[in-house]
Amino acid sequence: MKYESQKIAYAYFAVAMALFAIQVIGGLLAGLIYVFPNFLSELLPFNIVRMLHTNSLIVWLILGFFGAAYFLIPEESEREIHSPKLAYLQLIILVVGTLGVVVTYVFNLFEGNWLLGKEGREFLEQPKWVKAGIVVAALIFLYNVSMTVLKGKKTAITNILLLGLWGLALLFLFAFYNPGNLALDKQYWWYVVHLWVEGVWELIMASILAYLMLKLTGVDREIVEKWLYVIVAAALFSGILGTGHHYYWIGTPAYWQWIGSIFSSLEVIPFFAMMAFAFVMVWKGRRDHPNKAALLWSLGCATLAFFGAGVWGFLHTLHGVNYYTHGTQITAAHGHLAFYGAYVCLNLAIFSYAMPILKNRDPYNQVLNMGSFWLMTSGMVFMTFVLTFGGTVQTHMQRVVGDYFMDVQDQIAIFYWMRLGSGIVVVLGALLFIYSIWVPRKEMVEPGPIERDRLENDPDHVAAES
Amino acid sequence: MSDMSDSSLIDELPGELLMWVLIISELLVFGAGLIAFMGVRLTDPAGFAEAQSHLHRTGAAFNTAVLVTSGFLAAQALHWRLAARRGAARLALIGAALLGVIFLVIKGVEYADKAAQGISYETHPFFLFYYLLTGFHAAHVLAGVGILLLVTWRDDPRNIEAGAQFWHMVDLVWIMLFPVIYLLG
Repeated sequence: MKYESQKIAYAYFAVAMALFAIQVIGGLLAGLIYVFPNFLSELLPFNIVRMLHTNSLIVWLILGFFGAAYFLIPEESEREIHSPKLAYLQLIILVVGTLGVVVTYVFNLFEGNWLLGKEGREFLEQPKWVKAGIVVAALIFLYNVSMTVLKGKKTAITNILLLGLWGLALLFLFAFYNPGNLALDKQYWWYVVHLWVEGVWELIMASILAYLMLKLTGVDREIVEKWLYVIVAAALFSGILGTGHHYYWIGTPAYWQWIGSIFSSLEVIPFFAMMAFAFVMVWKGRRDHPNKAALLWSLGCATLAFFGAGVWGFLHTLHGVNYYTHGTQITAAHGHLAFYGAYVCLNLAIFSYAMPILKNRDPYNQVLNMGSFWLMTSGMVFMTFVLTFGGTVQTHMQRVVGDYFMDVQDQIAIFYWMRLGSGIVVVLGALLFIYSIWVPRKEMVEPGPIERDRLENDPDHVAAES
Repeated sequence: MSDMSDSSLIDELPGELLMWVLIISELLVFGAGLIAFMGVRLTDPAGFAEAQSHLHRTGAAFNTAVLVTSGFLAAQALHWRLAARRGAARLALIGAALLGVIFLVIKGVEYADKAAQGISYETHPFFLFYYLLTGFHAAHVLAGVGILLLVTWRDDPRNIEAGAQFWHMVDLVWIMLFPVIYLLG
C-alpha cells in the first residue's frame, strides 16, 4: 500500500462483503419459496425477499465501486484522498440508509408517510429520506474523489472511472420522480437501471479492469489506454439507445422496437472487446504477478460478462423474440449470469487484488479463493442453463400453446429444484470467498526450485509488486 | 514473451482511431436498419411500393448530388490545408457546411409535405423505416454541419481530417439509403 488513505477501501469492502452474504442468502430463500410456495409467506413474503435479493446486490456492488475508487485513485493520481473523514462519513450515511430501507420494508413502518414510509413502487423504492441520504453521500463521494484527481495526476483510468461514477450519481436523480402511471414509471426506472448497467457501469467496469490488467500483467499503460477508449466508445454508442429494448411492450411508440433491437444488438461488442482486452493483455504481459486469484477473477469477469450480458442478452433482445420470451425464466437466466459475470466478478477481482495489500499479507496462498471462484462460477453457470431450459419450456407452453401461467409453473418445477441446488453451491462459494479473504492468517509461500530458478535467471519474471 | 510494441494495421489507419470506431458503429446501425427494412418489405411488397410512390425521387436525387459535392469540398479542404492554403481550406469547409444546410432544407420540405398529406410513422411500416433511417441520417447531417464549422474555426489538419472522416461517413450512409428507400422497385 503506497498511500495511507487507500485504507478507506478496507471499510467499504468489508460492508460490501457483508451485504454480499445477505444478498446470496436472500437468493437462497427466494429459490426455496419457488419450490415451497408457502415458506415464510407470513413472516417474509416473496416480494420482500426479492427486494432484499436485488437491492442488496445493487448496494454492495456500488459500495465495492466506491471502495475500488478509493483504492485505485490515490495510486493513479499519485496523492492521498482529499478527505478520508468525508469518505467514512459517506459510508456511514449509506449504511444507515440501507438499514433504514430494510427495517422499513420488513416491518412496514410509517405506512403512507411521505418522508418515512414506502412509496408503493415496484422498483426505485426507498423511503424519501433514504433517497436524499443517497444523494448526499454521492455528492460527498464525487467531491472527494474529484478533488483528489483534479489536484493529482490525470490518467485515462481515473478519467473514465470518474465519468462512470458521475454518471451513476446523476442518473439516480430520476428515482425522485414518481409518475402517475405505470408506463412512465417503467420508462424512468430504465433511465436509472439500464443506463447504469448497460451504460455508465460499463465505464466503471472497463476502468477497474484496465487498472487490474496494468497491475497484474505489467503491459504498457499506452496500450491499455487505447483499448479503454475503444471499449468506452463502443459501450456508450450501443448502450444509450439500447435502452429501447425495454420499451417494446410498456406503451411507448412502436419505433422503439427497431431502435432497441438494433442498438442493443451492438451492446455485445463492448463486452466482447473487454474479453479480448483481458486475454490479449495477459498474453502480452511480462509480469508474472503472484496474485493469481485476482487474475482468475479478472479473466472470469471479462469472459462471463461476455456470455451473461452479451450472448444471453442478445438471445432475447430482438423484439420478435422478446415478444414470446418477455418476463419468462429466460430473463432470469440472463439477469443472473450478466450481473454475476460483469459486476460481481469485477468486485471480487478488485477485492482479491486489494485485500492482501490492505491487510499487509502479500503474497499468500490463495487456493481457497480460487476454489471459491470455481464453486461460485460453476453454480452460477449451471443455474443459467437450468433457467434457460426452464424458460424455453415456459415460453413454449405459456406463450405459444397458451397454457395458464400456474399450470406451466407446475410443469417446470423440476427446473426450480435444480436451480435451488445450484443456488446452494453459489452460496457455499460466496461464503468460502469471504472466509478466504478474512480468516486465513499470513501465509508466505516459499518458492520451490523452479520458481527460484526463474527469479534468478528470467529477467521478465517478477515475483511481486515492490 | 515477444515484443511489447503493438504495431499493427490499426496504427497505420489514417486519422483518429476513435473516429473509425464511430464510423464502423454507424455503418453497422444503418446496415442493420436497411436489412430490417428489406426483411419487412418482403412481407408486403405491394404496400411498400404504394407507400414509396409518395416519395420525391427527384428531390432525393438532387440531395445526393448536394451531399457528394459537399464531401468533395471537405476532402479538398484537407489537401489545401496540408498545402498551407488555409484560406482556401476554410472556404471549402464553409461551402461543405452550406451544402449540408441545403440538404437539410430540402429534407425539411420533404418531411413537411408528408405531414401535409397526413403521413406519419404510424401510417405504414414503410414510413416507420423511412422516418427512422432518414431521420437518424438527417440528425447526423446536422451534427456534421456543426463539426465542419468547428474544424473551420480550429483548423489543425488533424481536426480537418477527423471532420472529413465523419462527413464522408454521412455521405456514404446516404448513398446506401437513397437507392434502397427511394429507388428499389
